[in-house]
Amino acid sequence: MRNDITRRDALALGLSAATIAATGAAAQTSNIKAADVAAPKREIEKGASLRMLRPVRFVQADEDVFRANAAKFSKETGVEVKVDFVGWEDINQQTAVTSNSGAGPDIIIGFSDAPHIYVDKLIELTDVADYLGKRYGGWLPLAQRYGKKNKSDAWIGLPFGATAGPLIYRKSVLQSVGFDKVPEDHAGVVDLCRKLHKAGKPAGFALGNAKGDGNGFANWALWSHNASLLDEEGNVTINSKETIAALNWVKELYPTFIAGTPSWNDVSNNRAYSSQEISLTANGVSLYFSLKNDPATKAIAEDSEHQLLPKGLAKVSPMAGLTLNAMVFKHSPYPNAAKAFLQYMMEKDQYEPWLNANSGYWSQPLGAYADAAVWSQDPKVRLFKDTMNSTYYDGYKGPISTATGAVSADYVLIQMCASVATGAATPEAAAAEAEQRCKRYFRRQR
Amino acid sequence: MSVTTLSSPALAQRQPNWLVRLFDYKPFLIVMCLAPALGLLAVFLTYPLGLGVWLAFTDTTIGRRGIFVGLENFQYLLTDPLWWNAVFYSVFYTAVATFGKFALGFWLALLLNNHFPFKSLLRAIVLLPWIVPTVLSALAFWWIYDPQFSIISYLMVDVLHWRSNNIDFLGSPWPARFSLIAANIWRGIPFVAISLLAGLQTISPSLYEAAMLDGASAWQRFRYITFPMMMPILAIVMTFSIIFTFTDFQLVYAITRGGPVNSTHLLATLAFQRGIAGGELGEGAAIAVSMIPFLVFATLFSYFGLARRKWQQGEAND
Repeated sequence: MRNDITRRDALALGLSAATIAATGAAAQTSNIKAADVAAPKREIEKGASLRMLRPVRFVQADEDVFRANAAKFSKETGVEVKVDFVGWEDINQQTAVTSNSGAGPDIIIGFSDAPHIYVDKLIELTDVADYLGKRYGGWLPLAQRYGKKNKSDAWIGLPFGATAGPLIYRKSVLQSVGFDKVPEDHAGVVDLCRKLHKAGKPAGFALGNAKGDGNGFANWALWSHNASLLDEEGNVTINSKETIAALNWVKELYPTFIAGTPSWNDVSNNRAYSSQEISLTANGVSLYFSLKNDPATKAIAEDSEHQLLPKGLAKVSPMAGLTLNAMVFKHSPYPNAAKAFLQYMMEKDQYEPWLNANSGYWSQPLGAYADAAVWSQDPKVRLFKDTMNSTYYDGYKGPISTATGAVSADYVLIQMCASVATGAATPEAAAAEAEQRCKRYFRRQR
Repeated sequence: MSVTTLSSPALAQRQPNWLVRLFDYKPFLIVMCLAPALGLLAVFLTYPLGLGVWLAFTDTTIGRRGIFVGLENFQYLLTDPLWWNAVFYSVFYTAVATFGKFALGFWLALLLNNHFPFKSLLRAIVLLPWIVPTVLSALAFWWIYDPQFSIISYLMVDVLHWRSNNIDFLGSPWPARFSLIAANIWRGIPFVAISLLAGLQTISPSLYEAAMLDGASAWQRFRYITFPMMMPILAIVMTFSIIFTFTDFQLVYAITRGGPVNSTHLLATLAFQRGIAGGELGEGAAIAVSMIPFLVFATLFSYFGLARRKWQQGEAND
């Protein structure tokens, strides 16, 4: 998918209000408070034009408003912006090629840890981040974690938002087996899932090579037992007694799942939930919206509730949001224009309509945007507001690096859980194998 | 008769220039004719292969240049149970799928070699699985094997009531492995059938007529005429089939991504998983390079084992 926005296009499009109205994200009275902070002074390069890559939208309005905002920028500054939308699975490869070849887009919005992988090829965005942070109530914890270079205050990425994967369940089914909500303790979760299984409406969590949902479940299982991939110093600590406890819990839980979860990918749980085969899973808000917007499944949406992932032994719900993270490459001939563009897109006049148009799919990285109208429109979506307040992230508790992303991309933790769940390995053997693989990835990181 | 002698300047004018003389020089002409082919081979075959082999001896990752590490990647792979698992499944997948494709493909070729109505149309239909893009057939099989919405489960459970629950095709290792092999056989049969059909049509009918006059049964005609005569083309088609099957990627990656529990990784999918998704380009290249000995062995086996003349012309005529 490709769109080249030129000055002419921008004039034709006019202000984004028309597009925003067309997407249903009607202009609303803003509650966002912006502090009076002077914007950093920079001169946009003469004749500048920008190329940008970003992941394809899940919610149509995401793309519509994003394009309209970019067109507005073109109109106001004269900088042409070409935005390409690419598949989620392709963005890493395209970023790698851009990074290695030193050519291609000026800006790429990748995911979560991407700037940490390509840190040597990126320009710092500290001035932009400092300004936005001061103006909009400060950066939330997850944004700081993914945006800043390890152990420094230098910003190498500019987080745009994050999507979460909390629990979604059928209220009526849970009530029919004696629960109002999902318990916060591990034994309670097993008890509930057993009863759901007995009632013929089981739970189902992805244990297949699913980038989002599979990793989400594996991380939850580990973090809620206070297990982690790394310690604070970056040592691999996956083979621990906490991990063994988590794997034993997964082994106990797995027989309560619907059959086939070791082969599930990222859409499998959506389909199983939509067809009422399961009554409990973990997913982003997109599942709820697809149910709500289809008359055939609206009743399921009305009977559905979201809940943060159970804490287990953790102090807070252990859930990391998948974060959109913008990078500007050193090979860009127009770094000032790129910075100006990112800053412009995060300003209230552009960002708030975009956030609202996403209906909760992306949540804000800056504190002030918590007051956006989107969070008060549907109580079932409100829970997503705090996604970026999470203190959990890929690679928790250690420093983010190339290897943390690789462990997730190689499904190491999912396979560890799946091998124990299916009886292919003992918890001890699975943890030892995962440790071997993780150490391989982390051998150069320290 | 008068003889006109050309003056020396005129002679000089008719002498071919240096370029023409150069192209008349045979060794130069050979080099020039071969150069485009050699250039293409160098750019599109030698360089990527050479780069892949070189990367296998480095610790290159995505976003970072590597250094030469000798055999370190290969040493690691020897300690990696996942690599051994991929070796096992690659060999198993290739052996079972190739056997299945040849058994069914040969049978189909024999059927198609008969005279029957709409012969051409049926032959075209048989080619369909081969023509459909692999990723499309993979998606179709992904749905067929879906744990909740499989058409096979639907027929078994809801229509025929032969089972009480859905079949879990891809949720445990061995069913997943055989499900992928079935998909590969379905996709590969047309290539084998059509290739062998072409071979069958080159066998002279007079051989069969002579055998029938001698009272040979159908099995004897197959055993002593069809099979030996088909051996050269069988060897070629099998070599290609083994190579295609061993290096298969799309079917496995689209249907299982190597799961469940990494049980269906082929060497090709594991190489991609480690090299591209995991970013370990050196290790991924090493996995890809580790496929070469298997492919060389398969090729040599087909060539020396199946294409020997004694298969066709008797033991003494090697």
